[in-house]
Amino acid sequence: MSLSELDRPNSYIGRSVPRPNARKLAEGRGQFTDDIRLPRMAHVAFLRSPYAHARIVRIDTAKAAQSPGVFRVVTGREMAKVCTPWVGVLAHLKGMKSAPQHPIAVERACWQGEAVCAVVAQTRAQAEDALPLIDIEWQELPAITDAAAAAVPGSPAIHPELGDNICFQRELTVGEVDAAFKGADVVVEETYVTGRHTGVCLEPRSILADFNPADRQLTVYHSTQAPHMMQNVFAKHLGLPDTNVRVICRDVGGSFGIKVHTYADEVATCALAVMLKRPVKFVADRLESFVTDIHARDHVVKGRIAVSKEGEIKAFEIDDLTGIGPYSVYPRTSGIEANQVVNLIGGPYKHKNYRARARVVFQNKNVMCQYRAVGHPIACAVTEGLVDLAAQKLGMDPAEIRRRNLIADDAYPYTAATGLVFESLSHHKSLDKLLAMMDYKALRADQASLRKKGIHRGIGLASFIEVTNPSAMFYGVGGARISAQDGCTIRLDPSGVITCSIGVTEQGQGTEAIVAQVAATSVGVPLERVRVITGDTEITPYGGGTWASRGAGIGGEATLQAGAALRANILIVAGVMLQADPATLDIREAKIVDAATGSERMPLEELGRVAYFRPDTLPKDLKPELMVTRHYVQKDYAFVFTNGMQASYLEVDTETGFVKLLNHWAVEDCGTVINPQLVDEQVRGGVVQGIGAALYEECVYDAQGQMRNANMADYLVPMMVEMPDIQVAHVVTPTRSSALGAKGAGEAGTAGAPAAVMNAINDALLPFGARVASQPFTPEAILKALAKV
Amino acid sequence: MDTSLEITLTVNGERVTRRVAARQHLVDFLREELELTGSHAGCEHGVCGACTLRVDGQIVRGCLMLAVQADGARVDTIEGLSDSGAIAELQKAFVERNALQCGFCTPGMLVAAADLVERNPMASRAQIREHLSGNFCRCTGYHAIVDAVESACRAVAGRKP
Repeated sequence: MSLSELDRPNSYIGRSVPRPNARKLAEGRGQFTDDIRLPRMAHVAFLRSPYAHARIVRIDTAKAAQSPGVFRVVTGREMAKVCTPWVGVLAHLKGMKSAPQHPIAVERACWQGEAVCAVVAQTRAQAEDALPLIDIEWQELPAITDAAAAAVPGSPAIHPELGDNICFQRELTVGEVDAAFKGADVVVEETYVTGRHTGVCLEPRSILADFNPADRQLTVYHSTQAPHMMQNVFAKHLGLPDTNVRVICRDVGGSFGIKVHTYADEVATCALAVMLKRPVKFVADRLESFVTDIHARDHVVKGRIAVSKEGEIKAFEIDDLTGIGPYSVYPRTSGIEANQVVNLIGGPYKHKNYRARARVVFQNKNVMCQYRAVGHPIACAVTEGLVDLAAQKLGMDPAEIRRRNLIADDAYPYTAATGLVFESLSHHKSLDKLLAMMDYKALRADQASLRKKGIHRGIGLASFIEVTNPSAMFYGVGGARISAQDGCTIRLDPSGVITCSIGVTEQGQGTEAIVAQVAATSVGVPLERVRVITGDTEITPYGGGTWASRGAGIGGEATLQAGAALRANILIVAGVMLQADPATLDIREAKIVDAATGSERMPLEELGRVAYFRPDTLPKDLKPELMVTRHYVQKDYAFVFTNGMQASYLEVDTETGFVKLLNHWAVEDCGTVINPQLVDEQVRGGVVQGIGAALYEECVYDAQGQMRNANMADYLVPMMVEMPDIQVAHVVTPTRSSALGAKGAGEAGTAGAPAAVMNAINDALLPFGARVASQPFTPEAILKALAKV
Repeated sequence: MDTSLEITLTVNGERVTRRVAARQHLVDFLREELELTGSHAGCEHGVCGACTLRVDGQIVRGCLMLAVQADGARVDTIEGLSDSGAIAELQKAFVERNALQCGFCTPGMLVAAADLVERNPMASRAQIREHLSGNFCRCTGYHAIVDAVESACRAVAGRKP
């Protein structure tokens, strides 16, 4: 029997080892931002606009300032003297526009929940006590809430200086779209709605800013995904050099894209620390989280598909409209999701004709921005919904129509209709694996026999492509100071321990674990000999952080390269000490060994002892370099695309409209799998977030722009009892853009789950001639589709 | 008007006496006064379960109970339950199964799960899901938590005569 890579000593790539940082979290001994207390720390609470759109005529803060424990009450006008506003646009999204946004509204509030005044007090409770004492005179303005109405030419502009409410618009036409539709045997169309929902990270947004006026040093403890990006944002708008701002990110209680944006109240907290010359903490409470954490999606997509009678997809055409609130979020902008929808529609398929329009419009609701799987669940629901509709009309099995149209596994590299290049995908292998895993034929037979008993079950399939390992084409080219590269510094400590510090960050997905696994493998030490440091701009190499499924692919590769360089340097020192050619030596189990025989020559700690404490015993010209840094940026493609496929099996109660999820399967190809357990759990967690969007989650607004369910009792999230077990399998197609070969996996679950659930519901409703296309698919929506309410 | 009251309670086996504001919630008291930050405030209106604690052996939501209501009570937090080894098996199962990601829900989830492991070690997967349906986890999708609780349950059941 031949040995696999996994049989080598210290080979952790591909191994399910527990995360080194899990133990402390399981004992409640993590350190989240709200767990940190500093001397003289004050707390801020914000008065938030009760109106979706209103002018601040007058603010009188005198009474609030006298409230017990209050240090200071600060209005937007006062804060504007120390903090400049920002505009969330990117140069490569042509024509994009937005208005300057202040940390605290200066003369006008543009959504319900926008901060209009800050109270800093000894305790949070005292700060909140003073809020109702702020005397504010409002002049209510007409609220523009409906995105379609806001987009109509000539409708009143929320920011009159911009001329209209269009933040960004993109149009794309490829091939002979009109001819394809004209010549098609089957054309079907539908309007798909992905509701406005939000992240509901269990740890609310949290920040603690401390300013030392003597050296003008701002230290920010922040629950964030991107410490270096935030360092730049805080520095730029507070007029400090980047290097005077240190962002420290300890444990983060979930993020999912929520904590990768600039929030007005968080910048305001930093400004208050500067103004008051003391530490100021802000932790969003759950109620304000619902109206200030970025909202996500809110897309209405009209789509149609042209298909031949053999089931060959000839063309897609879509028109996407999305409402993003009153400001494009800084610095990633709120136009990226619509751009992604255009890029991803029809992504798995071979068609050559495609027309798309996407419009991104301002409205008086909370801001909308990128959340886990940006654009993917929308594009997937539209694409896969249309493919299923076409199959229905043709009387073709949903698996069969996909098999006929998915890009062949040997067709790569492949340039899609959108112009995007796919390095290597595995749609057909994934489809085969999925159908085998779920026993598709048996499931169809079960479905048919149960249907005779009045039990209505549905099977839904969804294939998708996924953006991972982004290059600088994502943000950097647009002028945003968001790093596409990441660096890893790795060193041998005298005790023989390997310490890595890295720019990618940990929010629970296991970043630190996979960095440790790659480092241990690359250097040749047991996992328990590796320490990983993340989340501190003062300590780690400059990097982008963790978003867009880049942690493993970018951070992992930087670690692999750094580890290999350190290993080579260690072997040079070992060669001198042992009077041996370094090429004949190896590092295994933290020992220098003879490469051929594996016999031990010297433990790493002995090499460390001599190199650090007795360098006098080494030759004069030998300079041990036992700390190295390597950087990695992916330059081969705009994104390294991955693919996957999911299936949902569920039962619809046609009397109550309730959906019972029975099973869910996911096949994911994320290239090299570093830790199978962590990848599987990323997929499962992502699937459930996607199911949340499909069945439960929605930020419900009324026509006046008031969010009506901004609390956890009324905003429904998936809880344990409703969720199914989720079966995960892999196809492994490593990327050749890196030595490690890893692609991202964190967003795949969320990308495909809503479409799979939607198609399964519609499959169950097929005998009734009913279908749903507007998420969330609540019992009411299903009963409406059945014309029962 | 002074609305503070003096309370004496036993927290993780230690007797503590403090003067607290009548309006202070138990979870805020533990976090802010005793600096036991393992109990987390996730929603502060009794829905998410992140602040789940043991008071006199019963699981309660630390955000729905005032500190003054705990006067004379025995309170056990994740820190105390970790140190005593009372939930060690469950914690080990969570770590091995990666039944936690960000770890913010985990202390409350463990306290709630321990209650089931002790009372009904033969609980089915459906019963585990039912018992923990008041604890929100945004990261895991729950499958791994069910696996971990199931394995801890069976380990306990296997030891019972």
